[in-house]
Amino acid sequence: MAELHMDSQAPSFQQEIKELAEDLLRKIEDGDLGKVVGVVNSINEVRDRTLYDEIGKLTRGLHEAIKNITTGDELSEDSGMGQASDKLSYVIKMTDKAANKTMDLVEEGMPLNSEILDGAADLHEQWQKFLRKELKPNEFRDLTKSIDSYLLQTQINSKKISSNLSGILMAQDFQDLTGQVINRVTKLVTEVETRLVDLVAMAGEVDRITGITHAEPSQNDIPQEDSKKIAPEGPQIDTSLEGVVDGQDDVDDLLSSLGF
Amino acid sequence: MKILVVDDFSTMRRIVKNLLRDLGFTNTQEADDGLTALPMLQSGDFDFLVTDWNMPGMTGLDLLKHVRADDKLKTLPVLMVTAEAKRDQIVAAAQAGVNGYVVKPFTAAVLKEKIDKIFERVEG
Repeated sequence: MAELHMDSQAPSFQQEIKELAEDLLRKIEDGDLGKVVGVVNSINEVRDRTLYDEIGKLTRGLHEAIKNITTGDELSEDSGMGQASDKLSYVIKMTDKAANKTMDLVEEGMPLNSEILDGAADLHEQWQKFLRKELKPNEFRDLTKSIDSYLLQTQINSKKISSNLSGILMAQDFQDLTGQVINRVTKLVTEVETRLVDLVAMAGEVDRITGITHAEPSQNDIPQEDSKKIAPEGPQIDTSLEGVVDGQDDVDDLLSSLGF
Repeated sequence: MKILVVDDFSTMRRIVKNLLRDLGFTNTQEADDGLTALPMLQSGDFDFLVTDWNMPGMTGLDLLKHVRADDKLKTLPVLMVTAEAKRDQIVAAAQAGVNGYVVKPFTAAVLKEKIDKIFERVEG
């Protein structure tokens, strides 16, 4: 990683100015105007030199930051900003695939389970009749055939349901893959943030040396709380925050307080 | 009972449709945002709308406002099923005339309870 932190020249800059200023005072007291002008020139030179140094560093820092953000040198070659969104698209694709796979298997398994359940209920009814000695001989023959085919069908259905359950289990493997991808994107975002903070610090240093001041954003530029529109924000990660409901019970309480 | 399910994620539409089917509602159609849902509602004879909030195009809240502003649709029961969990948002949805609000993640039991409650009121 290119080191973007300032190897701050500020102390030596201040020291130099201070020494020159003291020199300037001495020269003025001595009444040597020619040398006074010389010292004033030296002060200007120190200021200019320091300014050029800082602007040079700022430019280089900016260049490095952009280069690193777009190529991502320590997160391996495939982790630039452009690829970060590709990676997140991959996460969406993987979770979508897993969700659909799981739902396919569940939808396939549900009727098989219903068949087992309905068959058992039918047989149970017949069996109760048998126990109450209400079955005629031919009905009993039918019952034995039904039991036979039920036992066979149940084995087939159970095997299929078991295999679907394993499939559902396996479909959760996305968690590992998407977790790794999200971790890398998180690392990249943190990296970018650090670089931007460095850039702000460098720009601040240039401002300090040149005495540039920036106007505070005026009140009109800040969005007013009451003009804020109700917009969707997606899931709230931290439900302990003020103004965020914690689950359906909170929603119900709020709505009932509104007369729902 | 004809139901329109609106969500931009197909998996969520599928989950809601499955839950509705388990509750005995088999006549369901899907839309992926408010812009596609609104013409479907206007031209179809839907009895119930289940919608997400956060969608591209037209959000669920805007869809709800359009429904309430439409003479033909204004009495249509609307259930919002959404991850939006701020009090301000829930109050805004209530003010816009939502009939029920289910916050994601939700359970089949919660969805059933809210649907039952909505129809109890509509019919009662």
